[in-house]
Amino acid sequence: MNDALQDNPADLTEYLSFRIGAQEYTVDIMSVREIRGWTEATPLPHAPSYVRGVINLRGTVLPIIDLAARLGLPPDTDNDRSVVIVVQHNSETVGLLVDAVSDILTIARADLQTPPDMAADNQHRFVSALIIENERMIRVLDLNNTLTTTENQAA
Amino acid sequence: MSDPMAEIKASFFLECEELLEQLQDGLNRFEEGDDDPETVNEVFRAVHSIKGGAGAFGLTALVDFAHIFETSMDVVRSGEKSPEADDHKTFLVASDILCDLVAASRDETDVSPERIEESVAALKAFLGESGTDPEEDEVDPADFQPMGVSMTLPDVGSASTDSAGATQILPDLSALPETTPESQEYPGNTSTQNAVPGTPGFSIHFRPDPSLFTSGNEPLHLLKILSELGETTITCHCDELPPIEQLDGEESYLSWTIDIRTTHSEQEIREVFDFVEDLCELRIESQEIATPDVFAPEEPASQPPSFDTEPPTPPIPEVETTVSKPDPQPSVTTAPSVPAVAPSQPSKGKETTAKPAKTGGTVRVELDRIDRLVNLVGELVINQAMLSQSVVEAGIGSDQNVAAGLDEFMQLTRDIQDSVMAIRAQPVKSLFQRMGRIVREASSAVGKDVRFVTSGEATEVDKTVIERLADPLTHMIRNAVDHGLEKNEDRKNKGKSSQGTVKLSASHKSGRVLIEVSDDGGGINRQVVLRKAIEKGLISEGSQLTDSEIDNLLFLPGFSTAAEISNLSGRGVGMDVVRNSITALGGRISITSETDKGTKFSISLPLTLAVQDGMVIEVAHQTLVVPLNNIIETITLTADNLREMGPATTVVQLRDDFVPLLDLAVELGFAPPRSSYDDCVALLISPEEDSMAAVVIDKIIEQRQVVIKGLQDSYGAISGIAAATILGDGQIALILDAGDVISNASGRTRNTVETLQLTGAIA
Repeated sequence: MNDALQDNPADLTEYLSFRIGAQEYTVDIMSVREIRGWTEATPLPHAPSYVRGVINLRGTVLPIIDLAARLGLPPDTDNDRSVVIVVQHNSETVGLLVDAVSDILTIARADLQTPPDMAADNQHRFVSALIIENERMIRVLDLNNTLTTTENQAA
Repeated sequence: MSDPMAEIKASFFLECEELLEQLQDGLNRFEEGDDDPETVNEVFRAVHSIKGGAGAFGLTALVDFAHIFETSMDVVRSGEKSPEADDHKTFLVASDILCDLVAASRDETDVSPERIEESVAALKAFLGESGTDPEEDEVDPADFQPMGVSMTLPDVGSASTDSAGATQILPDLSALPETTPESQEYPGNTSTQNAVPGTPGFSIHFRPDPSLFTSGNEPLHLLKILSELGETTITCHCDELPPIEQLDGEESYLSWTIDIRTTHSEQEIREVFDFVEDLCELRIESQEIATPDVFAPEEPASQPPSFDTEPPTPPIPEVETTVSKPDPQPSVTTAPSVPAVAPSQPSKGKETTAKPAKTGGTVRVELDRIDRLVNLVGELVINQAMLSQSVVEAGIGSDQNVAAGLDEFMQLTRDIQDSVMAIRAQPVKSLFQRMGRIVREASSAVGKDVRFVTSGEATEVDKTVIERLADPLTHMIRNAVDHGLEKNEDRKNKGKSSQGTVKLSASHKSGRVLIEVSDDGGGINRQVVLRKAIEKGLISEGSQLTDSEIDNLLFLPGFSTAAEISNLSGRGVGMDVVRNSITALGGRISITSETDKGTKFSISLPLTLAVQDGMVIEVAHQTLVVPLNNIIETITLTADNLREMGPATTVVQLRDDFVPLLDLAVELGFAPPRSSYDDCVALLISPEEDSMAAVVIDKIIEQRQVVIKGLQDSYGAISGIAAATILGDGQIALILDAGDVISNASGRTRNTVETLQLTGAIA
């Protein structure tokens, strides 16, 4: 993501935006493999609280991360609109459980703002950039931090 | 290098692996006293093929070494010298180096030149000993030089095929119209090592079909190979050659007659034409050659073979006049077909008749494709389970036709699965052969005389298992040589033969593969082990341990009995690593030892890593699978067999034993302990020989085959869970790692029975 910022500022990138509680996030659409409805996951023993378990994705075992729990946001009760965004990052495929997928945004790199460094909020580690879209602030999810830490904690 | 070339090269290396395996195999049998000439021939052919292939790719180092090895084997083959025990070692070491050279050529690395030189020297020494060796001219010591020269010959030849080969052929052709349709004779490479005066010869009539050329073959190469086999006189017949204006470039007009004097058998000469047999007219007739000295005046022994280094045109006229005409040989085309047999080839008769034997029905398939097939079959198994379940849910399961069809489907699925798994299965032979090398190297490093005995090499195991077994086995074999066997003198003092034995065996046993590594050494010195363990704080002082418990201390991390770290073992990477890798393969390892009789490690492994028989159970509303081979029995808990141990722990009395009770839901963090275990169902599991526990579950659902889906890649290792699988309803179920559950048994149900503590400590 940081590398991307050094590219031509006029380059356009598409982002998939989704909602967790009241907050809006996006991920680079190139890392999104598919979006699917929520099915009950098989819980994993000794897993961190944000790992909801694993589901069967056409014969492969897909771990599901509850993004709200991962980001430290208040948990949203499972509703019908909960969806799993299957993302691939560094050859790792993971499902992100979010409340709803909202839109696809096309954003120029120049419009990505570096988030201010705020130590009190451990959540900002997961935000790599901020976007203003229609007066709303949308966070760009840092997949690297979101997933890497998972792995470390799990191991 | 262009892609197709790289592909050919890759397949050459694949072939090399097979050939090396054959080579090792042959040498081993040979060493064991198998004096079947076919064995030596097999060895020779393997080396020869490697050399040939290597030459084609210009792998000089490999060719050079293979050549001298081949020469040595040829001496043996011709019966000139029967090797003694030390010579067998020399050959085995040479095959190791050949193996290294192949690997080095493949990976473009180097092999330490000292080792090669050492082996070359040993082989030369072997050759030097053979006083009556007809392969080597014994006239004067300088004649060993030509051997060195000719060693590089095949390489020079093949490397310069394009340039030298072309220049060689072209003058020939341009000369043709002038030299009227007459035969031309051309003295081939009168290689000093093969030219044996007075040896019988063959007359070969070779007439290529046009298809020989279109399939990319080249007579020149064949002629070259022939000239390496012995002294050749090659005559090209160009009488059919039409005037240049009528010449059809795609026709074949030329034919050759090659007179060869060699100690090689007809069989070997035929082998040269192996690839073109169907593409040419080939007649090989043996002939007695009356005048052995024909070439002597023209071919001084010291003259390096001119075949590749000089343009061939000049010698032709000369040969024509001096050799061809006075040559008293019978006419090349009407060679008498005397079925003469090379006297130095005791196996000749057998060879010629054994020709059409092997027609290997094997196909080389990329592993990726097989894996894809394995995956698909896995899906099929899941699908079949899903279908059965839907049939039951739809309420038509009782219909006879449906039930019969489903049964058949299930049977078929299983058959397919077994067959696919069998594709992945490979004999452990290659692995055992590698271990033979480890023994050789290890024993020479520590100066012990070791005999390595293997059995059950044909036992088939999943390829992945074989690959991942190599490291632990290497470690165990080294241990056996280094620690297991006593020093030669000590053995004598104990009245044992000074030669130690290390045995490696494989067998199938009740659906698993049993691999045993045993030595006839001193056995485990339990006093030392115990003291070491106490010293290192691995067990508390004054612990009372049984012999088998002491033996198992060897598997503790950081345990190494060698007083000092030797070059071989005791690098701090101990048996715990071995145990971990075996466990990771779903196997178990156990150890038995008897003082002065030896030590035996037994590894029991699953046949395949992809499918497992499991019992599907339910715990805290979660479906789990317990590997069937871990389950000993199921028990129903009653107030009679439950015994409270401490404030938070319980044991089950089972006949005369007490077994710790573990609540699986608690262990996996799914639920708190229940208030009463009365009337609960428990599984008695024993993943390893001396660890056992009764695991409380909610209910048993069914017993079935499950396809293993690794969690490692997608999530990472989870304590207590070995892998995952997909059940009939599409849900994922976790497969329990029983050993891990027992050893990590934590929290309130943890039992304080001493055996459990020990088990926990060991694992």
